[in-house]
Amino acid sequence: MPTVHFTDAEGEVRDVQGNPGDSVMETAVRNGVPGIVAECGGSLSCATCHVFVREDCLSKLPPMEDMEDEMLYGTAVDREDNSRLSCQLRLTDELDLFVTTPETQV
Amino acid sequence: MGTHTAEQPAPVADLSVPTRTGLLIIGASQSGVQLAVSLRALGFDEHITLLGDEDHRPYQRPALSKEFLQGTVESESLIFRSNEYWAEHNVDLVKGEYIVRIDRDADGSGIAHASSGRHFPFKRLALTVGARARKLEIDGGDLDGVLYLRNADDALALKARVGDAQDVVVIGGGFIGLEAASSLQKMGKNVTVLEFGPRLVGRAVGEETAEYFLQAHRARGLDIRLNTSAARLTATDGGRSVAGVELQDGTLLPAQIVLVGIGVIPNTQLAEQLGLTVDNGIVVDRYALASDGTTVAIGDCANMPNPVPGAEPGERIRLESVNNAIEHAKVAAYSLTGRREEYAGIPWFWSNQADLKLQIAGLCNGYDRTVLRSDEERGKFSVLYYRRGQVIAADCVNAPLDFMAVKNALAKGRNIPADAAADPATPLKTITTDS
Repeated sequence: MPTVHFTDAEGEVRDVQGNPGDSVMETAVRNGVPGIVAECGGSLSCATCHVFVREDCLSKLPPMEDMEDEMLYGTAVDREDNSRLSCQLRLTDELDLFVTTPETQV
Repeated sequence: MGTHTAEQPAPVADLSVPTRTGLLIIGASQSGVQLAVSLRALGFDEHITLLGDEDHRPYQRPALSKEFLQGTVESESLIFRSNEYWAEHNVDLVKGEYIVRIDRDADGSGIAHASSGRHFPFKRLALTVGARARKLEIDGGDLDGVLYLRNADDALALKARVGDAQDVVVIGGGFIGLEAASSLQKMGKNVTVLEFGPRLVGRAVGEETAEYFLQAHRARGLDIRLNTSAARLTATDGGRSVAGVELQDGTLLPAQIVLVGIGVIPNTQLAEQLGLTVDNGIVVDRYALASDGTTVAIGDCANMPNPVPGAEPGERIRLESVNNAIEHAKVAAYSLTGRREEYAGIPWFWSNQADLKLQIAGLCNGYDRTVLRSDEERGKFSVLYYRRGQVIAADCVNAPLDFMAVKNALAKGRNIPADAAADPATPLKTITTDS
C-alpha cells in the first residue's frame, strides 16, 4: 500500500497508508492529520493543503499545472521550491512519499 | 474487577435510557463535523454524538453539483473522516435519525426525540442543522423528474435520471443552478437556465461579475433566459413525469428533467420548538451562542453578527458557505470549552462552472466603487470592491493570484489602492499597503 509520511512543523511524524488513486490531501484529512486543512475539498480553490515535499521524492510526482502554481503564491506560509498542493498529488501503488506540513495553512 | 458472585449480582443496565452524551450535535454537516474535530483539537474530553438524518456517513457537499454529478469523483472521496478516526476520537456517528422534538431541563441538558422513537439524552446541544432547498410552488411542481440538489440523495436521483434525459431546464441562475447547468451541458444535455431576476447570481456578486458570467456561459453555448419564470410544468401522457416547462409568455420548453435551484430556507424548526430566538436563521451572539446562552448554532442555519472588519455595528448576517461552516464551528468549539474567541478570517467562497473558476474574497455589501482587472487573452477577470477607499472584497475568475492578494490584504487589515489596481499587469501583492 502507498504510504505518506507527514512531518509537522514541530518534527512529529505520522505515517499514513492510503489507497492508490486517492490524493495525499484526502489521505491526510480522512485520517485527521492536523497540518492539512483543505477547505475546498480538492478543487484547487483554497491553498490550505500546502506541503513541502522531500527533495528526493519530487521526481516521483506529476508536474505542476498553472493553476496549482498560481495558488501556491497565496499559501499562508511562503512557498519554497519543493512546495506542492497535496490535493494535486495522487497516490500510486508503490509510492512512499515524505512531506512536511507548514506551521499554518490559514 | 469484572467478576461478580451470586451474592453481588452485576448491576443491570437500564437499556431503555441510552447513555447521556456530553454534546449532541444535530446535523452531520460540514459545520457539525468541524465542530467535533475542533473540540477534540481543543482537548474537549466528553463524549460527542454527531447525528444526521441522512443514511450516509458525513460527506462534503460542494462536489455534488460538479465532479460527483459528472462522475469524475467517487462517493468515497467525499467522506470527511474515516470510521477509525471517529472511533479513536470518541465520537459516535448516528445516521438516519430525524429529530422531531427536544425536551430541555433548566441546566441546558435534555433529551432529543427522533421520529424513529429513539431518543438521545445530552448534557449540551449544538444545532448544525443547515438549510433546505426552497420548493418550486407552481402547477406541476411535484411531478416526477422535478429535482433539487441539496444533498447526496438528490445528486443520486439526478444521476439516475440523467441518462435518459436529453433536455434539462434549470430553474434559478444562482451558483447551484449554474454549476449544475455547466455539468449537465458537459454531459451532453441540452440545457436551458431560467432566471427570474434581471441578472445571474443575484445578491452574491456585483453587476460586472454577473454580466461576465452571462456572456461567458452564453459563449459556451448555454441558453440563459433572464427575467423569465416558469408558469407551470407540463406532464407526459401518463401524467406522472415532467415533460416540459411552460413560460409566462406561453413558450413551451421540452424537459425530461427540471432542476430547481431557487435558494434555501434555514432549518429553524427545532430552535423554534426550544423557544430560541429565530430571525432568518437561529439568532446567535458573536460566540455562536443562541438566545438561551447555552445552545450553540452554527453554519447555514445561524444568523450571526457580521464578523467582517468594518461592518456596521449591529449588522447581522447568515452565510451559506464551507468557509463559514468551518470558521463558525471553531468559534463554537471555543465557547463550548469555556473560551471566548471571536470569528477569525475573511469570508470566502468559490464556484466552479465549466472552465470558469470563481473565487470570492470578502463581502461586497455596501461598496461605493469597483475596479475591473480584465485580461481577456489569458481568460482572467477580477472585480475589486471598495468602500470609502478601502478594498472590501473581490470576485476573481481564473485569477487566483488576485484572489489570494485580496484575501490576504483583508485578513491583515491592509489595502490595495484602487487607482493602481486597475492595471491587470501589476500584481496586486506588490501594491498592497498598510492602510
